[in-house]
Amino acid sequence: MSRSTFVYVTYIRTTPEKLWAALTDAEFMKLYWFGMHCESRWTAGSPWRLISETGEVFDAGEIVAADPPRRLVIRWQHLRRPELKAEGESLCTMELEPTASAVKLSITHSVEREPSQLITAVSGGWPKILSNLKSLLETGSIALAEAYPSAANP
Amino acid sequence: MTDRYPDPNLLFKALADVSRRKLLDLLHAHDGRTLSELCAHLDMTRQGVTQHLTVLEEANLVAIRRRGREKLHFLNPVPLQQIYDRWIAKFEKPRLKALTELKRRLENTDE
Repeated sequence: MSRSTFVYVTYIRTTPEKLWAALTDAEFMKLYWFGMHCESRWTAGSPWRLISETGEVFDAGEIVAADPPRRLVIRWQHLRRPELKAEGESLCTMELEPTASAVKLSITHSVEREPSQLITAVSGGWPKILSNLKSLLETGSIALAEAYPSAANP
Repeated sequence: MTDRYPDPNLLFKALADVSRRKLLDLLHAHDGRTLSELCAHLDMTRQGVTQHLTVLEEANLVAIRRRGREKLHFLNPVPLQQIYDRWIAKFEKPRLKALTELKRRLENTDE
């Protein structure tokens, strides 16, 4: 198939409303997204930007669909690395489904090309972000403070 | 079914089987495969592969997406990331890397 897709699923002991707030609140996001945050009005058609700790816009796009606290779809283009920017727009869908004791959060990120460097690049990031988000909502503290600990690249 | 908070024991049970690890390796190499595509790589009945996939799905290691009439299987790395965060992340990476490299060279394998 000519599409690259990654799927991430995690179960978080929280409510859909709290999880939606965690996914859309800039200050809260910085706690689990390694200092990064998103800026948007979170309504269909609004612009969306992913901004680094230093204020640089890493990714941008728009909200395709927003149905709080159930479903969020973002048209997503990376801007910083030329080879990833050249791949154009990707689509990131976040789905929140309440279960008996937790909320199932599914993130599907895809781009209409294969292979995709963008999808490979985000594939390393999403598990870390989701693992941190789960720890933060369930225990009040994050598991990993740095996405790429400096000790890893001496 | 899979719509409940996964029991961590299921994760380790799911990993404790060579065929299920092979299925994860196959998805790691190429994600989004159908049951038939996965069966082609395993010397096992279709029913056997289905059973292994159910165990992986209940452990939240495999996520299913539907595309028309097809069921596509994806490797979900989030539970593995949690193992990493819990037991590995705090250790010094260079030392771990050196040991992994030593093991790789001594055993002369790719992984």
